[in-house]
Amino acid sequence: MSNIPTSQQLIDFVYAEARMLDEQRFEDWLALFTDDGHYWMPLVPGQQDPRLHTSLLYEDKLLLRVRVERLAGARTFSQQPRSRCHHLLQQPTVEKLDATAGQFTVRSAFHYVETRLDTQTLFAGWATHDLVLVDGALRIHQKRVDLVNCDAAFGNINLFM
Amino acid sequence: MSRYQGHPDAVQALVRDTEVHKDVYIDQEVFELEMAHLFANTWVYVGHASQIPNKGDYYTTTVGTEPVVMVRHTDNSIRVLYNRCPHKGVKVAGEVCGNTGKFFRCPYHAWTFKTDGSLLSIPLKKGYDNTGFEHDEASGGLATVSDVKVYRDFVFCRLNAEGVSFEDYFGNSLSTIDNMVDRSPEGKLEIAGGVLRYMHHCNWKMLVDNQTDTCHPMVAHESSAGTAVKVWNEAPPGTPKPMAVELFAPFMSPYEFFEKMGIRVWDNGHGHTGVADSIHAAYSPVPGYWEQMVAAYGEDRAKQILGEVRHNTVYWPNIMIKGPIQTLRLFKPIAADRTLVESWTFRLVGAPDMLLERTLMYNRLVNAPTSVVGHDDLEMYERAQEGLHARGRDWVNVARLYDPAEVGQTDVATNGTNEWQMRNQFRAWSRYMTATMQEAK
Repeated sequence: MSNIPTSQQLIDFVYAEARMLDEQRFEDWLALFTDDGHYWMPLVPGQQDPRLHTSLLYEDKLLLRVRVERLAGARTFSQQPRSRCHHLLQQPTVEKLDATAGQFTVRSAFHYVETRLDTQTLFAGWATHDLVLVDGALRIHQKRVDLVNCDAAFGNINLFM
Repeated sequence: MSRYQGHPDAVQALVRDTEVHKDVYIDQEVFELEMAHLFANTWVYVGHASQIPNKGDYYTTTVGTEPVVMVRHTDNSIRVLYNRCPHKGVKVAGEVCGNTGKFFRCPYHAWTFKTDGSLLSIPLKKGYDNTGFEHDEASGGLATVSDVKVYRDFVFCRLNAEGVSFEDYFGNSLSTIDNMVDRSPEGKLEIAGGVLRYMHHCNWKMLVDNQTDTCHPMVAHESSAGTAVKVWNEAPPGTPKPMAVELFAPFMSPYEFFEKMGIRVWDNGHGHTGVADSIHAAYSPVPGYWEQMVAAYGEDRAKQILGEVRHNTVYWPNIMIKGPIQTLRLFKPIAADRTLVESWTFRLVGAPDMLLERTLMYNRLVNAPTSVVGHDDLEMYERAQEGLHARGRDWVNVARLYDPAEVGQTDVATNGTNEWQMRNQFRAWSRYMTATMQEAK
């Protein structure tokens, strides 16, 4: 990407990211985040503060790396057998394309299925990707995942939405 | 043919000195007896006064499986009412929390009740003239839980009108609540930061057992805490230690650490890990906090308060409190094989925000349905819930460091890997299960 991404390139990035997760290419996925990137799943609708209100997840790159390495570990008992996942994305929309600041925001409605053994769980929500250019390539500064029932009681959510 | 209903001897036989029968975890009849007896004879946590600061504020929850509403009455006292209209059974309070004003109004037929439960009005009241309504149960309004105790803003209740007093039931175990509250320079806590709700397909007691099980962290949590330590060790030298690593790393302490940290056992099933040391003992100081504590309490007392680093305190039957990291976990029983775990957090009123931030991070990393620590615990519970159905073995073992002389001793500190506290819980289980059971005729 030489300079400014087109809307289609931003949208393609989000589709490609979801596919990476479905294919469990977690190391590649981790490389999509900037060094100061975050993956955020708020606990309540419209949550603004990830620091003084808890979240389902608010992970920096170090914690994401722990997750990814853990998933590959030999003694990760809750992943024996492993989970699988499936993303179904509605056509993403570009919410912000600020070429001067180099900031881009893409929003996508999704259905996400996680399965393990005989149990399949459906989640629905919206993902908001705040993207930036790093050395000419799009990178995730923050991925925010708002579940429609974010304040419900859940069992294990093992993988990434 | 019921095996346990009306057979207190059969219930007592489920708990031996060093073994607990599998039916205690998997039998639905035992579960229903727990709800009828254990959760009615013991003092059970309801909520925190900071959830209902103003008159008319209410919070709906369950005590055992009983739907209740905790409400701030017009005289400012805290009342616990059964959340059940005496007319047709509708829950009068529908939201998790809110303000109902001076009365509850049932949304079905507009019967209204004062916030002490008494019946205030019925539309077309004349229709009950000469019906003997005044003798009907419904004329009594919302049923109230008469025995409610607010201890330093923690609200407990005992459903049965008669039984052990609050003071006798908890005894010296209240020192953990005291310590958590004293950690606020103003001596006050507030529920803060939201509640994590995590559904478990296992018996509620598996979670309670786990709170003082010090032989599992280095095994079950190797994949999470161990990986966190490994990733951190790969960071470039000089990188400041992230808060998350500081919270995760102590889980990987060796057996010896857990043996030495100690367990203290009180009467009635209460007890705590972390007498001499704990996984919460070595967190970095938060700027400004020590000075606030010294100003509030003086140096000696502040040192004493912050030097108490208790790990997990079980208040039998179904909560656990972490004083040094201001967390309360509530294990809500739903069925023999289903438990809702709620993890609540507190702000130390007057203390720096960073303490709340650390508490919330701990709660998220360890107690969320997305937690890499929680995942492996839940996996163990669910495998146990299924495994216990096997025929070849009938008993769960709790013999570690058992000594026959321990029976009857309370307020004792012992080796941190002792399963005495689990045995203590089951002795209390047996006592409060059978205290009100009638022998079938």
